[in-house]
Amino acid sequence: MRLTIPEEEIMQPGHLACQGCGATLAIRFVLKALGRKTVMSIPACCCTVIDGPFPYSAYGVPIWHTAFETAASAAAGIKAGLEMLGDRETTVLAWAGDGGTFDIGIQALSGAAERGDDILYVCYDNEAYMNTGIQRSSATPRGAWTTTTPVRHPKDRPKKDIIAIMAAHRIPYAATASVGYPEDLIKKVKKAKASKGTKFLHIIAPCPTGWRSRPDDTIKLARLVVETNVFPLYEVENGEVWQMTKKSKGTPVTEYLKLQGRFKHLKEEDVNEIQNKVDREYEKLLKKCSIDSKQ
Amino acid sequence: MKKVLMGNHALSYGAKLSRVQVIAAYPITPQTQVVELLSEMCADGELDAQFVKVESEHSALAASIGASAVGARTFTATSAQGLALMHEMIHWAVGARTPVVLGNINRAMAPPWSIWTDQNDSLSERDTGIMQVYCESNQEVQDTVIQAYKVAEKVLLPCMVVLDAFYLSHTYEPVDIPEQKLVDKYLPPFNPPYKLDPKDVHAFGGLTDAKWYYELRYKIESAMNRAREEWKKADDEFGKIFGRRYGLVEDYRCKDADIILITSGTITGTARITVDILRDKGKKVGVLKIRVFRPFPTDKVREMLGGAKKVACIDRNISFGQSGIFFEEIKSALYNSSHRPPIWGYIAGLGGRDVTPETIKEIVKRTEESDRPEDLIWIGLKK
Repeated sequence: MRLTIPEEEIMQPGHLACQGCGATLAIRFVLKALGRKTVMSIPACCCTVIDGPFPYSAYGVPIWHTAFETAASAAAGIKAGLEMLGDRETTVLAWAGDGGTFDIGIQALSGAAERGDDILYVCYDNEAYMNTGIQRSSATPRGAWTTTTPVRHPKDRPKKDIIAIMAAHRIPYAATASVGYPEDLIKKVKKAKASKGTKFLHIIAPCPTGWRSRPDDTIKLARLVVETNVFPLYEVENGEVWQMTKKSKGTPVTEYLKLQGRFKHLKEEDVNEIQNKVDREYEKLLKKCSIDSKQ
Repeated sequence: MKKVLMGNHALSYGAKLSRVQVIAAYPITPQTQVVELLSEMCADGELDAQFVKVESEHSALAASIGASAVGARTFTATSAQGLALMHEMIHWAVGARTPVVLGNINRAMAPPWSIWTDQNDSLSERDTGIMQVYCESNQEVQDTVIQAYKVAEKVLLPCMVVLDAFYLSHTYEPVDIPEQKLVDKYLPPFNPPYKLDPKDVHAFGGLTDAKWYYELRYKIESAMNRAREEWKKADDEFGKIFGRRYGLVEDYRCKDADIILITSGTITGTARITVDILRDKGKKVGVLKIRVFRPFPTDKVREMLGGAKKVACIDRNISFGQSGIFFEEIKSALYNSSHRPPIWGYIAGLGGRDVTPETIKEIVKRTEESDRPEDLIWIGLKK
């Protein structure tokens, strides 16, 4: 059998992630795809801690820890510095969570994307501030419980459409990916690496701690989130060409929601409403991809 | 070669002569000409550097730190609100031990909006661990940038080169621009002992518990302490090559002075002229300019002020609820000294209010006539 996932493990054992952590899988796969000529800029997030405390480091590539809102700007500086010193090959990888991307870091990210800084920005999205103890972010989905959206008042606003925001910057490459589909993820990382300019990957990374799910359901959830069209897999080139990379199975959202404690307060009508919204969003996405759902 | 330059352009020339490799900056009045000229220099190929045109000062310093981490010489410049926005990253530059040089044009903090000079912006960064040097002429601005890289890269701490808004930033003065090869001789390429390098895998700045954090802070203080000596050495070597020396402090007619005025920035020039006028009238007055503020030149201050009968400190800044900040610093430097002259603290020139020879004469007169030192005297306050 031909392996499509590079065998070499760049990330080392000994990291500090929770059991079933999707973010850790994301790092492992992304580094496999990028190889050792990589430098990471990591702002405050779970992955700051997962790498290990001083003097340990598990990721296997040089890490630049930086302030919460600066994943993109620090990466831009690192890239400029490397280029001035004659290194044009090293991939500079900005690696931030959803809080550091959708919220506090969006200004620096937008700046880098507009300038076209030659960096790969990956947002691993566990849909809340998990490192600080499950507080809502602008990536938290509608209806979800978090410690700042208690069940009496769950989040009532939709998740930001970060890919649309990034595509609007006309960057060469923006894509979604899931740790449940590593071949697709790795293909996208390689595609991103091959193009020049700001590239953006949005990876859904289930978080058993924050999602109140079983650690051994992580892969199942990472697949269901795609199969239910809650988090479709697609890519956008130059902000213009939208393309689906995984066919829809159209699995009912309830299959995905019911495995997570953060949604257990939802009533049948809430689930139906979520289903309607997911369907509508998916229709809109198909139109962007010029695919007729009735085909 | 002599050129007539505005203070802001003196900063740009200082950066160019230092062969900076990465510049990341965001415009703010009254700093804009610094980055405008550097943009042109980069565009013309006169300066081989990448200019990252960031979307904020916060990103400016974050990018500068990143570039410095891989071993590139980096420069940024800002003022007031911009510096305040950088505050988090100033701590970062210090903790990460990245010797970024930052030009700061002293501008008053809003609200109300002001674009005119005072020192509350830079002095609010007093406790971050960034070195701070206050300049009084455009020549000094240019030369200090070059010296700043020399010291910063030796001790691995960032450095802020500070000049007054408009009184210096927009004032044209003749500046001697040295030959590049002389500057190259003085300032070798930046080659840090530790860098972010894909061939040498390390994590920088990761989670560090109480077992080590304390020692890392001690190392920063040790570097600051070494920086005192390094500033002296850098200044001496600069003097030998370029014929100009500035000192950590600079005294003017202090030797036999009964009253010593403490100044910083452009007030110093006005104070010197006033001292000459007063000396002609038989009054024994001198000026001690504080140039290097961090590391604070404690020994020098003790040595220079030990013989004075009275000291009058002029602060273009205020630490609300306490006093002028230079005043506090001078007082604390003298407290454990065997010779402690009485010291009067004067606030003057906030928000760009002109500090004239008349202002300084009033300060001298008030100090002369008073027999009890006062911590906080607002000079020229409208009633």
